[in-house]
Amino acid sequence: MELVSQHVKGIMEECKIRAQDAGLRFDDETLEYIVTNRDMIELSPKVMIPTLYDYWVHDVRVLSGRGLYEAYPSNPYETAINTRPAISFYNDNNPDWLNVMIFYHVLAHIDFFQNNLYYKNTWDVDLTGQALADKRLIAQFRSEKGRWVDYVIEFARGMDNLVGFHRDLNRTLTRVQNREQGHVPDRIDFYFDRFLQKIKSVPQHEYLKEIDRYNQFCNNHMDFFVEITEKYPEFEELFQKQIKKPATAKLDVMEYVLRYSPFLQNEENEWMKSVIHIIRDTSLYFQPQIRTKNMNEGWASFWHAHLFLNDERIRGHETDFAKVNAMVTAMPKVGLNPYALGLRLFEHIEERENQGRYSFDYFQLKDAVLRKKYDRRKNTGRDFIFFVRENMEDFSFINTFVDQEFMDRHRLFVAGKRFNPQHTTWQYYIKSRKVEDYRQMIFDTLYHPPDIRVIEEKTGDGVLYLDHRFENKPLKQDYIENTMIGIEFLWGGPVHLETSIPSAASQPGAQYANFWDPGAGGGRTDPPPPPVEWKRVRYVMKDRKLHRQEL
Amino acid sequence: MITLDELLERDRKREQDGFKRKIRIGRIVKPGSGGREKIIVVPTTVEEKFVHDDMLLPDQPPGEGEPTGGTGDGEEGEVIGEQPVRPEEGEGEGEGDGEGPGEGQGGEHEMEANAYELGKVLSQDFELPNLKDKGKKKALARYVYELTDKNRGVGQLLDKKATLKKIVETNMALGRIPDVTRIDTQKFVISPRDLIFRILSREKEYESQALVFFLRDYSGSMGGKVTQTVVSQHVMLYSWLVYQYEKQVETRFILHDTEAREVTDFQKYYSYKVAGGTKVFTAFQMVNEIVEKENLARDYNIYVFYGTDGDDWEKDGKQTLEAIDKMLAYTARIGITVVKHTYTGTKETEVEKYIQGSGVLDRHSHLIKMDVMAENVDDSRIIQGIKTLIS
Repeated sequence: MELVSQHVKGIMEECKIRAQDAGLRFDDETLEYIVTNRDMIELSPKVMIPTLYDYWVHDVRVLSGRGLYEAYPSNPYETAINTRPAISFYNDNNPDWLNVMIFYHVLAHIDFFQNNLYYKNTWDVDLTGQALADKRLIAQFRSEKGRWVDYVIEFARGMDNLVGFHRDLNRTLTRVQNREQGHVPDRIDFYFDRFLQKIKSVPQHEYLKEIDRYNQFCNNHMDFFVEITEKYPEFEELFQKQIKKPATAKLDVMEYVLRYSPFLQNEENEWMKSVIHIIRDTSLYFQPQIRTKNMNEGWASFWHAHLFLNDERIRGHETDFAKVNAMVTAMPKVGLNPYALGLRLFEHIEERENQGRYSFDYFQLKDAVLRKKYDRRKNTGRDFIFFVRENMEDFSFINTFVDQEFMDRHRLFVAGKRFNPQHTTWQYYIKSRKVEDYRQMIFDTLYHPPDIRVIEEKTGDGVLYLDHRFENKPLKQDYIENTMIGIEFLWGGPVHLETSIPSAASQPGAQYANFWDPGAGGGRTDPPPPPVEWKRVRYVMKDRKLHRQEL
Repeated sequence: MITLDELLERDRKREQDGFKRKIRIGRIVKPGSGGREKIIVVPTTVEEKFVHDDMLLPDQPPGEGEPTGGTGDGEEGEVIGEQPVRPEEGEGEGEGDGEGPGEGQGGEHEMEANAYELGKVLSQDFELPNLKDKGKKKALARYVYELTDKNRGVGQLLDKKATLKKIVETNMALGRIPDVTRIDTQKFVISPRDLIFRILSREKEYESQALVFFLRDYSGSMGGKVTQTVVSQHVMLYSWLVYQYEKQVETRFILHDTEAREVTDFQKYYSYKVAGGTKVFTAFQMVNEIVEKENLARDYNIYVFYGTDGDDWEKDGKQTLEAIDKMLAYTARIGITVVKHTYTGTKETEVEKYIQGSGVLDRHSHLIKMDVMAENVDDSRIIQGIKTLIS
């Protein structure tokens, strides 16, 4: 691993000036390294951070990465990492014109890292330096505690997707700092959300009646609470107490374990907390990257194309560029390419904004011919895509801007795949051209960890009680046991997890009949299988043994 | 950088500390030209977390795969392409296509070398019991003469390619080739020392002492995990035998549905798939025929390993049992693996039923073993199964 030559660095600096002129914003300092493909294999398990802490799973990944490389050699052009200064890696066999293209691509990534608000919490951290300090700390622990350090890393990583990324981000962006939690309920919120439901536990019809009553009072401009204080004399006092009490912050699972685990409170286990903190911070650091992959790649592809073609240094290499660019950004006949999709979507957004189509007028327009001709010549498209890159992540990006016009224009569809028993083949077919289905198909590929929280009311007597807010997707069953063994270890007591599984009634009994001919059910004549029914269950992890109870 | 051995050592310590092992030995199959694949052995592991399961829910039509994106023309519902579930080469080109022997050997050698590695890992780190040496023809060496050694100046056969290389080398050294893009061969100076000959060389050849038949059902019912499990077990067995007998093991591969068919190599053995019925006896009969015809029983320890999902059209297994009886006369071990589909539950499959019912397992308990497992077992259960089969 070495820095690029002065000649190549010169090309980069030149690219920076042009990129900044075009409106991209990033720090002036960047570092570019030449790495071999073998280096890349060793770096990728460490999410490309050379100074990340050592962990045996990374080693396993490196070994299998080498095997994979032997079977399927690949040649990545670049990788950029979100550090200060921004670091990017290149392989060493690129000609100058290709470097120009790659550098624009990388600069757009850096612009994205440094301007997209989802990255806000990473802006003030020097990750490579922080990671190095963490790595040394872990190495020191390892020399004292041996392989137990690796168990703690393993178990902490087992819950490192249950972190309050959005909550932390919200806290930073809204700058609510005086109170840890921020939100103080007013009298009405307190009455309806806590007092009636949690303290009085009134039945639902009474609760609804209260809401009606409240609405009436509002309409008549009367004081709602006069009657309340008569009916519940204790209400006012409880409310005052609530206001004075600093609201406890909603902790994510990792934080909760860190703060309240009886096991970690032991002095001799104090070091484990440092390890868990490191794992948690590292996970949080990479969350924005996972959540903006489509956008980030699209943004980079958009800019490398636009800047490259306007760069006179590459005259004569237009066809070379076209070839490489097509390989990176062509829409596959079947499959998803985030580079291609993101690029086209940014172009689509810019054009529509230029025509003023993100407007109420256009929304209301029903005449297809007029819609087609609609053009307000606003020419605000460029500013608008900068706004999008600052304020959105993959979900809102896709959800807001993938519309039917975009689908039709690029002739997109959801490709289905089914087994064809006659030919023993997978048959690909056009499943849907509806924008809703297409968006859903992309959403299913996005990062979305399960929503699992600690239920404080049920946590106690040494038991940690976790609740999975079910979103019609069950948890991967094979992983539950070892994950819970890890949490039990760090918690120092039994762990319960409430979640949902398909109820036995909706398990397909017809599977046997269909086995000979798995495609049989796909025919149009068969009635659709009944919808899945779910039941709540509780997994109980105690003394490293897992049980499941029905609820 | 940590080595594989150190990783496995660490994994063993996990057990002492009361945690389950986490490292599995993975196999990457590298597709090669002409169906010659290469197996690369790598460690793998998963990091368990609470994550959503991507499985298709039961309310999806069966046989439906994960949807993805697409671009292009066509109406909804239109089929736009097909892809074989498993690449199987056509019958015509499968065997005896005109490939040079040198290349062919190379491909096989790579597979062998990697299988050897896997076998080493298996027998050292999973502590498999050793197969008994029957001692009959153990490592008997004989010599054959082959034209493989090279000699400068004199010899039996001129190696033209090597000679030409040498000549070019000499002439370059002498500065007689100023421009490598324009070589004038007429101006070459040829030294007698430049001539490279092949000469006869004495080579040791080892007699194989074990012959292993791998048999498996590849009928329609074998889809998915069952085949994976059977094949996985046979890959391990094969690899381990290759190691144990230091590559002196010979192997034959037989697939069957309602008919048996011999295939030439392991790659074909594990990748082929058809959708037909099931007649188990055909495979066993075929082994008997081969052994008889080629008079193999005299020279080899013969092992037969058979994998199935337990389904058989011949419900009473009469012909199968007959064939097995015949086989018991010469074989060193028959190992039958029944991998059950999840939907079968605890119900006995046909093969189990008639094998158990015939009492052959008790009568010849040292010669025939049967192991029954579910389709979704992990590597350690598969290895446990191997132990049962060869115990």
